[in-house]
Amino acid sequence: MPLDDQTPGQKPGEARQFKVVGTRPLRPDGIDKVTGRARFGADMSAPGMLIGRVLRSPHAHARIRSIDASKAEALEGVKAVVTRADFGAGDDDVADILDNCMAGEKALYDGHAVAAVAATSAAIARKALKLIDVDYETLPHVVDVDAAMKPDAPVLHEGLSDETVPDGVSQNVVHRVEFGHGDVEAGFAKADKVLERSFKTAATHQGYIEPHACLATMGTDGIADLWVCTQGHYMVRNTCAAILGIDQGKLRVTASEIGGGFGGKTTVFLEPVALALSRKANRPVKMTMTREEVLRATGPTSSTSIDVKIGMNKDGKITAASADLRYQGGAYQGSPADMGSMTAFAPYDLENVKTVGWDVVTNRPKAAAYRAPGAPMAAFAVESVVDELAKGFGLDPLDVRLKNAAREGTKSSYGPTFPAIGLEATLQAAKDHPHWKAPLGPNQGRGVACGFWFNFGGDTCVSLNITPDGTVTLSEGNPDIGGSRASMSMMAAEELGIPYDQVRTVIADTGALGQNEVTDGSRVTFAVGLATIKAARNAKKVLCERAAMVWGIDPEAVEWADGCARPAGDNAGKFPPMSLKEIAAIASNTGGPVAGHFEVNAEGAGVSFATHMVDTEVDPETGAVKVVRYTVFQDAGKAVHPAYVEGQFQGGAVQGIGWALNEEYIYGEDGRLQNPGFLDYRIPVASDLPMIDTVILEIPNPGHPYGVRGVGETSIVPPLAAIANSVSEAAGVRMTDLPMSPPKVLAAIQNG
Amino acid sequence: MSQIHVTTKINGDTTEYLCDPEETLLDVLRDRLALTGAKEGCGTGDCGACSVTVDGRLVCSCLTLGAEADGCEIDTIEGMADGEKLHPLQQKFLEHAALQCGICTPGILVAAKSLLEKNPSPTEEEARYWLAGNLCRCTGYDKIIRAVMDAAEEMRRAS
Repeated sequence: MPLDDQTPGQKPGEARQFKVVGTRPLRPDGIDKVTGRARFGADMSAPGMLIGRVLRSPHAHARIRSIDASKAEALEGVKAVVTRADFGAGDDDVADILDNCMAGEKALYDGHAVAAVAATSAAIARKALKLIDVDYETLPHVVDVDAAMKPDAPVLHEGLSDETVPDGVSQNVVHRVEFGHGDVEAGFAKADKVLERSFKTAATHQGYIEPHACLATMGTDGIADLWVCTQGHYMVRNTCAAILGIDQGKLRVTASEIGGGFGGKTTVFLEPVALALSRKANRPVKMTMTREEVLRATGPTSSTSIDVKIGMNKDGKITAASADLRYQGGAYQGSPADMGSMTAFAPYDLENVKTVGWDVVTNRPKAAAYRAPGAPMAAFAVESVVDELAKGFGLDPLDVRLKNAAREGTKSSYGPTFPAIGLEATLQAAKDHPHWKAPLGPNQGRGVACGFWFNFGGDTCVSLNITPDGTVTLSEGNPDIGGSRASMSMMAAEELGIPYDQVRTVIADTGALGQNEVTDGSRVTFAVGLATIKAARNAKKVLCERAAMVWGIDPEAVEWADGCARPAGDNAGKFPPMSLKEIAAIASNTGGPVAGHFEVNAEGAGVSFATHMVDTEVDPETGAVKVVRYTVFQDAGKAVHPAYVEGQFQGGAVQGIGWALNEEYIYGEDGRLQNPGFLDYRIPVASDLPMIDTVILEIPNPGHPYGVRGVGETSIVPPLAAIANSVSEAAGVRMTDLPMSPPKVLAAIQNG
Repeated sequence: MSQIHVTTKINGDTTEYLCDPEETLLDVLRDRLALTGAKEGCGTGDCGACSVTVDGRLVCSCLTLGAEADGCEIDTIEGMADGEKLHPLQQKFLEHAALQCGICTPGILVAAKSLLEKNPSPTEEEARYWLAGNLCRCTGYDKIIRAVMDAAEEMRRAS
């Protein structure tokens, strides 16, 4: 049977005609989510359950001399107390994660966990925390990235710098990376103008509305179960098993519905602690974080300090570009300085380009991934300089970007040569859009910027089972964070030629499938979709074989079309088609149940580009900025469910608006976070915003059977720069420091 | 510590419970009555995920004591649909894809219902300001506002 990527009857070169993909059906988990029935991390209970709470360091940097928990342990209702002493050494590759979940010799940031209790009620657990005596020796601290790099800065970890780090900087610099090609100095020498600017961005939090939560049950035999809100329950299983020294197969992890993640739920915080408490108390333990804990102790993104230098000719051609990107990643190595360095100039076709990235540790919570980690800050700096140069020459900023745009065959600034990509299409769509020509009011400015994200594939398993009545159940291993179950059901229905409502997709627990990479890297619709299509094709092969058996013909002479097996070639028309339902009904008598599965380390994710256009209005009296119009242009490859693609575009843009205008981690002189709550860490609210218009471009990804590209992350890359370019125009002064909060904008206007 | 006996009506059903004096209505709903539709996003009244109505007034149940509910009528997301018939707001949220992760959805629906009871014809700006106390991190609010405006129009037509 033909199993290529074309629909039956489709001629080579013709676009595939879809029946389900590209439509907007209701999501399968929708009714649960509008009626309050959907069960999130904190919504699960177990008989005999205890409540766990964490004691956190009030110091930014302190040696832990001793911990005395005896009074807490003596309190009625307290069933277990754990400290670092209750964890073994653990594997080397999870050492930092363990130390972040439960401090060892030192508390490295305000909010760092130092002990935890499990008690019969939350009130008793809270009371018990106050009875734990921790003897701290406070140490000098550093929270700013540039300060942390200085040779005399307080050092978090001795001897952590690797061989890439040059002499003369602090040991807080862990790693240095370099990317690029050509000769930037020669390129700058050829430019009509060379512009160098420095930028700063504040740390921001992913700001998911659901705090971290889990329910752990672990017996003395090492058999354990965990219910948890996470972007990757297979990752949770593997990490917890390594930390606790148990076999991965003995820990079954079930992913709850997840109330947002944006990268912040791609690691563990409470989970190993809850398991350790459960093991010690021999009872189920539920743990949830408060919002204050989420902000103080879970992954914000890096704050950064970036220098960009670009040489441009007066016709707009860039002759050379370089950037120095300094990212602090909190108390442990692993800031996304590398990805910032790789993405900074990715939208451009450059002869001479060089980026240097610095991974720096500071006394802040360990940075976690945040939607296109590392890229938005780099794009902010680069796109600001491109904009200033273009405007300086009196050129149209979209024309300048089109002139330098990366295209098929461009050797990217980070190495690979691009296949078919959609950057030019987004720029052209922006240029042709009415928004570009619309008049601006007083104190308003318009900004544009481009953004790039790699996208990712990774380990993926899908199992597609056909029930005796011919409906389809699809098991996949990636938490559905924004409607992916709908997309999987749609792709399975498309491939099988059956209605969407005949497929139910579930997120299987870790016992049901092989390894699955975390829901990250915008990988799910691409990779799980690819595996779903391949699993469906494997099932169709079996279905065709069963029909061939009934008809007594060669299986190769059967094709699958419109939900039925049909005799093909010489046998065409000899037998009436057999539907999926009919074959399912006789499956038991023709060899047994029918299923298709597919396991892959998916490659060919297909990079993604976007262009954003935004109008802002600056109040010259207060410095307050209002976003008055916003349009997103992004390549989706193929939009499986366009409404949820639009949702990703809009959500990313608005997170970027928050990052650009409001959100920041504010530290006091004492190194403690001053704004650990949604009142003072202010994410955008409905009254801050206009509608967010979207334009979906579809430049098919050659690596996916339907052309799908991930769309989740690229949408947060351009907004910081687009808004900065817009505000700079409106305010009449170049803004280089995020967030552009009213006091900063006002000061910039007043200082000219 | 002695507990307080509370008699209330929740989604039309008479309900009795004992609660600690310092226990929030949100904790009572979630931990004692297994009504987990209201969510705790912040515990400080900033995110609106715990929105319910008390005698028709929209409140953050995380800022209301369980004991305060004595003699009151509480409505939660669990009581919004009429049996198997969804409220127009619930239906429009599905049709407009006005939710992604769904954690803020119960609170936003409760708040939006409260808006439309007071103001059946809100402008977009009025809807945006009424819902400014309900944080959503996924959607950028675009589709939420469209769903609320569409539901308002449908409810006006039906009345």
